[in-house]
Amino acid sequence: MTETSIAIDVRNAVKRFGAVTALAGASLTIRDNEFFTLLGPSGCGKTTLLRLIAGFEEITEGEILLYGEDLGALPPNRRPINTVFQHYALFPHMTVAENVAFGMRRLGWTKADIEARTLRILDLVKLGDLAARRPAQLSGGQQQRVALARAMAPRPKVLLLDEPLSALDLKLRQAMRIELKQIQKDTGITFVFVTHDQEEALTMSDRIAVMSAGEIRQVGTPREIYEAPLDRFVADFIGETNVLDATVRRGSDDALTCHLTNGAAFPCHASVPPEDGAFAHVLIRPERLSLVPEAACDTGLTGVVDQAVYLGTDIQYGVRLDDGPDVLVRAQNVGADAVTHRTGDRVGLAIAPGAARLLVD
Amino acid sequence: MAGELASTRAVSRTFAPVRTHLLIPTWVIIGFFLVAPVLMMLVYSFLTKEFRGGVIWDFSLAAYDQFIFDRGLFGDDPPQIEWTYIVIFARSIVQAAVATVLCLIIGFPTAYFIATRSPATRSMWLFLVTVPYWVNLLIRTVSMKFLIRDNGPLNEALLGLGVINEPIALINTDFAVQLGLFYSYLPFMVLPIYASVERYDFALSEAAADLYANRWTILRRVILPIVRPGIVAGCILVFVPSLGAFLAPDLLGGAKNFLIGSLIEEQFKGNAGNWPFGAAASMILLSLVLIALFIYARRQALRSAKAA
Repeated sequence: MTETSIAIDVRNAVKRFGAVTALAGASLTIRDNEFFTLLGPSGCGKTTLLRLIAGFEEITEGEILLYGEDLGALPPNRRPINTVFQHYALFPHMTVAENVAFGMRRLGWTKADIEARTLRILDLVKLGDLAARRPAQLSGGQQQRVALARAMAPRPKVLLLDEPLSALDLKLRQAMRIELKQIQKDTGITFVFVTHDQEEALTMSDRIAVMSAGEIRQVGTPREIYEAPLDRFVADFIGETNVLDATVRRGSDDALTCHLTNGAAFPCHASVPPEDGAFAHVLIRPERLSLVPEAACDTGLTGVVDQAVYLGTDIQYGVRLDDGPDVLVRAQNVGADAVTHRTGDRVGLAIAPGAARLLVD
Repeated sequence: MAGELASTRAVSRTFAPVRTHLLIPTWVIIGFFLVAPVLMMLVYSFLTKEFRGGVIWDFSLAAYDQFIFDRGLFGDDPPQIEWTYIVIFARSIVQAAVATVLCLIIGFPTAYFIATRSPATRSMWLFLVTVPYWVNLLIRTVSMKFLIRDNGPLNEALLGLGVINEPIALINTDFAVQLGLFYSYLPFMVLPIYASVERYDFALSEAAADLYANRWTILRRVILPIVRPGIVAGCILVFVPSLGAFLAPDLLGGAKNFLIGSLIEEQFKGNAGNWPFGAAASMILLSLVLIALFIYARRQALRSAKAA
């Protein structure tokens, strides 16, 4: 049975609010025990998809299956799925322990079971000593943990997290990323995480679905998404990019070469090889480019350093290519002996093997 | 947390002198129109009655004595408990309570409905709720009397539709009084509840539904406890004036079953009145209300102390 390893199966889900289409036919499968992230800018439909899974919105077309069973129009209180809300939505009139016990009470657990589980789960999120407090007496980070504990306590089959870290400050956010990932691993619950923060998505996820304008653009591991983005949107949204216009030549051994209008040529790769002579966008990440002496340059990419920004861990150069566009180059700051370039220096660019990739438009 | 509190206090200290000045008009108005009349009533209740209305400035407990004890026609029988006024008080409390419950039953869904409309249409709904209050209470009560009388539109309509065979006797019943009070004070229930529900975060309802609560449980365990201050305020705002109302009981109840409001009103009307007795009845009413509110406030304080 392969069905059992799939926690959530979204089949061509469409959600329309009046004339507005929030989700235009999304399909994806989320595996059991997976940390799955829906990533995209605001308004891309990621929260709508999450709310469809939770049951807060009714699906317009398509279906969502939970472990092989169609959720249909099942209301949220009948779905074994819990949510960590963006602004936590903790019950202000209840203590931390009462908040955590809420779901288990509704499920009719025995008092002893509820107490034991509450203690255990509060321990897990390191809030054991705050059980009698009210939400208003907690810090943002603590409230976040209560929300997590409350959602995990009734042992949901899937846990949905709607930008849960967005209200925290940077330091706390970074710490919580690691902790969330750890809790997910330890508990083995399937997490569906919504965020617009690409760094968050890359650090925590097993797989990521990048969404835009109500559609899923690409699904893959963080590495796949970053290294081999399918299209320009994904490339632009995740990390910094250089996208160059090129004509693709297909060699005798099927090797692809990019030709820029200024005469530069270098090998490139594609998931779907295009026709010989096709026009294409080619993606090169700034950190996969390096500055070399002009004479030693074999790509034909030469130019003038336009800008040099010291970033601490890196130095970022802006290079104006001869008869070509500007590109960003990121060089790791390896120490005092590193060769640094000044604005106005003439340089050549070297491309790391496999770093130039064609995008599907 | 402690730092936050401290800084709030520092801010209030900075603004304290300004605030005192700005409050002077309020204090003057409260002093003249609230404190002074109540003190006057308090003093009057301890004076001797003048037969054609008014008071004689002699200290006397007669008004309170008359309220509680029956000493016979000439005042020289052994004192027995006088039940008349106690019954009137009890009846008034029941009437006001029924009116309050009616207001709550209709007012809560109304307020909830308004608070869940889009922000643009909310103000229109609120406006509609207040429209009847542009008309004087007396006129509204009289028109209610015409609506529910035996050959009024309500009975005519029900007869015409064949729902009933003979007019329902509505006018001059306790229910008519309750209906009148309900209609008079409904906005006082709707508005505070609306204010609470409007501030209520509906994500909490979603969170409760997500945690397996059905609609009823969401209402009982989440919405009602959180909007409770609004409900309590609404109940106080309806109950207290209902207790002392005299228009609805007079016009709709046919002054058949005397209520406190009418009792007090009688004492100050024409030459037949008894000012000290009216003042004493007012003071007793006021004391009852204050005691009830005080007990409620104490319970609240204890509850929040326990929570913290």
